[in-house]
Amino acid sequence: MFWEQLINGLTLGSTYALIALGYTMVYGIIQLINFAHGEIYMWGAFAGLFLVTVLGVNIFVALIGAMIFCTLLGMLMEKIAYRPLRGKSSRLSALISAIGVSIFLSTLMVLLRGPNTTRYPEVLRVKTFSLGAVEISSLQIIILLVAFLLMAALTFMVQKTKLGKAMRACSQDLDASYLMGINVNRIISFTFAIGSALAAAGGVMVGIYYNAVWPYMGTMAGLKAFSAAVLGGIGSIPGAMLGGIILGVLEILGVAYLSSSYKDAIAFAILILVLLVRPQGIMGQKKMKKV
Amino acid sequence: MPILKLEKITQEFGGLRALDSVDLEVREREIFGVIGPNGAGKTTLFNIITGIYVPTEGDLLFKGKKLNGLPAHKIASLGIARTFQNIRLFGRLSVEDNVKIGSMALMPAGFWSSLLGLPSERKAGRKAEEKSRFLLKMLGLYEKRKEYASSLAYGEQRKLEIARALALEPSLLLLDEPAAGMNPAEKDELMDLIRRIRDDMGITILLVEHDMHLVMNICERIAAFDYGRKIAEGSPDRVKNDERVIMSYLGDLGE
Amino acid sequence: MDAWFAQYVDAYYLRIMVLIGINIILALGLNLITGVTGQLSMGHAGFMSIGAYTAAILTLHYGTSFVLALLSGSLMAAFFGFIIGIPTLRLEGDYLAMVTIGFAEIIRVFFLNFELGGKAVGLYGMQQYTTFSMVFILVILVVVLNWQLLKSRYGRALYAIRENEIAAEACGVNTTGMKVAAFTMGSFLAGLAGGLYSHYMGYIAPQDFGFMRSIEILNMVVLGGMGSIPGVMLGAAVLTVLPEMLRIVADYRLLFYGALLVILMIFRPNGIMGDMRLYDLKQRLRTKEVKTCRS
Repeated sequence: MFWEQLINGLTLGSTYALIALGYTMVYGIIQLINFAHGEIYMWGAFAGLFLVTVLGVNIFVALIGAMIFCTLLGMLMEKIAYRPLRGKSSRLSALISAIGVSIFLSTLMVLLRGPNTTRYPEVLRVKTFSLGAVEISSLQIIILLVAFLLMAALTFMVQKTKLGKAMRACSQDLDASYLMGINVNRIISFTFAIGSALAAAGGVMVGIYYNAVWPYMGTMAGLKAFSAAVLGGIGSIPGAMLGGIILGVLEILGVAYLSSSYKDAIAFAILILVLLVRPQGIMGQKKMKKV
Repeated sequence: MPILKLEKITQEFGGLRALDSVDLEVREREIFGVIGPNGAGKTTLFNIITGIYVPTEGDLLFKGKKLNGLPAHKIASLGIARTFQNIRLFGRLSVEDNVKIGSMALMPAGFWSSLLGLPSERKAGRKAEEKSRFLLKMLGLYEKRKEYASSLAYGEQRKLEIARALALEPSLLLLDEPAAGMNPAEKDELMDLIRRIRDDMGITILLVEHDMHLVMNICERIAAFDYGRKIAEGSPDRVKNDERVIMSYLGDLGE
Repeated sequence: MDAWFAQYVDAYYLRIMVLIGINIILALGLNLITGVTGQLSMGHAGFMSIGAYTAAILTLHYGTSFVLALLSGSLMAAFFGFIIGIPTLRLEGDYLAMVTIGFAEIIRVFFLNFELGGKAVGLYGMQQYTTFSMVFILVILVVVLNWQLLKSRYGRALYAIRENEIAAEACGVNTTGMKVAAFTMGSFLAGLAGGLYSHYMGYIAPQDFGFMRSIEILNMVVLGGMGSIPGVMLGAAVLTVLPEMLRIVADYRLLFYGALLVILMIFRPNGIMGDMRLYDLKQRLRTKEVKTCRS
């Protein structure tokens, strides 16, 4: 029983981790909580659904299609709602603008599809494997595998490629990076693109896993994923991965062993505790305020 | 007894030593200058004295009282006021309000007395108003008292920061690069102002400045810093001719 | 007075006016926290729900008088604001936003499981104690006290925290203490509005106080002008009336809200009347006069 719950938790947690990465990367560079990130994830889930049902493509093609779609959506959002504010407005203004985008995107989906849940078609034949006493479904294996591959690819990109190095430079010091000749706007746009693609992957996989998508699925998932990013240490990429997985596991175990009616409160209780005890998170570094 | 005494102050930021075992004494009613190349730890020194940073090691004594670990607003209310290198005014408040807030340490405003407009608060408000009038006239900003602080010219903003600091009636005033961005005429005016603050108001002044002409002219004693250490201290003449000081500056120029 | 109004004013308009009044109290509370002191709180509806539930439970289950219930609800909300504020207001702005969202969600989930609060069904059957004249008087009282506070040195110091926290601290302002005070006051007003709301609608449920409700209140503050009392009142009135007028296109209401926030932040980040002062208006008039004289 415990081991199955743990696997359920890991599966949920790996999708939180995919969303949390977008929050942490954007926050690391422009110190903005991108509130609309949860809506990007939701749009990703719907884009995948559209590709599977209307165009009838293979689920893996749909996954990639949804990621491409959200990449564009994320870049567009950054360009319209955040870039005009950069440099001349306070962080509060940028945050409120992000809230505006979030409301806009979720309402737009409600207008397109209605507020109710849509079922995902059965895209994979789910088999269940038994490892001793523990059962694991092929779907869970696929989700864990895809999430792992994406995170490995991201880590490689950030650590080894030129673009990744530029991203890390920007998150150290945006002004200095600009002076060093890095095209800061392009890097920020790219960061939104990567984060949005990962969120879309998370959206499609959650859609298949729970067999349901709805326009408000992004709000709660987004808030929880952000909590995961804070738990891991905001701005830290491995932190977001770790935070997502820990949060997913704790939530599933909490529901299994404590009470299911407080499911949505668990993530926030953890968030508040972390902020009070260790505001920089598990992997984050304490920052000195500049005066 | 010195008004301010630093004993073996060390400040580390994640392995980086911004200040390394610094001893410093500022005497009552003197104008004391701190010089050094960028990154020497001058602003860090100010941030420690005003309680924004808590030093990793060492003691900080003001009029014989230990300041270590006190929150910044407590230190301010003991009579240490400061200005900032990158001007920090309350941009969308009037010039007058900026100065009035400067006297908050002296006459704290209570919540209930403010909410209900009690006579005690009204009296304090009038006193703050009088003081701000006096200071703004002294600094030549009175005509602009109703304008937003952010709408002032750069030089005026620097002056307003000094007015706000003086409203605290400090016994020690810390000026962080007060002459930055000023033209020669403004600098002369500033020197005059700093002398007047000390002579007429009896306030001890500790300043960080890059402008050597200004520092050598008005400071009675100077300490030179490099890489977080004090490398020389004494009269302007002595510091000016100190070999290590010349080296650190020439080294800077040589690059 | 209410009887007179009921006779001459259409019930529909009366209802809208009462809701405007309640929203003004709500928004002025959030304005103290976010508009004046610059601390982004996104869980204002959570504090409202504490006031609403406390007052409703007291009148329904304990037969308490309405005034006492209203006061208890406000104090309860203020108490929670204080408890949440002490540890979190040390954090930087964005984290506070997250904590307040999280707290409001926890409160909502709590009421969903709270036996005395009717769980998911909520509470119903509260008498309509809230009258137009009562709301009217309370709004005036709240506006006068807000105005009194904000023009005082204490109020100026709150603005100073928003403008530059480090400089305010260096001026001797106890920034943490004052942020907690502003948060507590704002929560008190949210609780008051909640109590009035529950005894006007006669029915409350956890979903009335969700995240969107908090955003709606935030919108009122941002639209009218952060930190400006007339601005916030205007924002509250507009955003109460507008949805009524947009009934026909109700589905598009939120779409409009979202776009409005983005556009406002790009073109008028301080809101329609953000910190506009009488002095500036007079100055503007004066310069115009001079110009006309010359011409």
